[in-house]
Amino acid sequence: MSTTVLFFAGLREAVGTSSFSLDLPPEVNTVGALREHLAAGSDRWSALTRTTNLRAAVNQLMVDMNAAVTDGDEVAFFPPVTGG
Amino acid sequence: MTISVQEGDFDVGREIADLSSGCREIGAVASFVGLVRNADATEKEINGLQSANHSAQITAMTLEHYPGMTENALANIVAQAKARWDLNNIRVIHRIGRLLPGERIVFVGVASAHRGDAFAACEFVMDYLKTQAPFWKKEETATGGRWVDARETDDTAAARWR
Repeated sequence: MSTTVLFFAGLREAVGTSSFSLDLPPEVNTVGALREHLAAGSDRWSALTRTTNLRAAVNQLMVDMNAAVTDGDEVAFFPPVTGG
Repeated sequence: MTISVQEGDFDVGREIADLSSGCREIGAVASFVGLVRNADATEKEINGLQSANHSAQITAMTLEHYPGMTENALANIVAQAKARWDLNNIRVIHRIGRLLPGERIVFVGVASAHRGDAFAACEFVMDYLKTQAPFWKKEETATGGRWVDARETDDTAAARWR
């Protein structure tokens, strides 16, 4: 089962897509590892490591970079929220 | 209905009236309405500058959100408020899409027996919404679009409830 990755706001514009799916390599088992994995893969994803205070959610719950990621999860990366 | 995420405007008077309708135990309704500002107050407050720079005038603002997570996050904030204070009713409305200066963005209304709980819960919901609910603002000015930066003062405001 593949993992869905979503991007929002300025990060979505920087990476040029709002979502995509991938099969997680076995060593990619946390949000932070997924971030590093994507950023190392191509220049296109470098905004993931350039964005200061990058936030993440797994299955629509806000988490920190140490949170676990498994196949089938919905992982989102985004800048700090600015609603209200 | 407690939570709405919608493009359309809302009727403040009707929302406030609905919060206490049919419940005679309610003695207080506190509410907050957030509006789109025309000036880039973030720059002004951080740098201590006056808004002489007219290029910073905001002509419109677009609100993006994370469908699904937004509703879950708001429901979680409302549940925390209900657990913390004695509340009869609570209503949160957040608009999305493109809004013009002066337009309403957000409504939080809280009904309780006494004003202390209503005031506190209303402020708590707004402070948590600002830091926990996945909304992002993009400002339009004469010189182009710009994503609004998160403000440290919002984190400080949310932290005082912990």
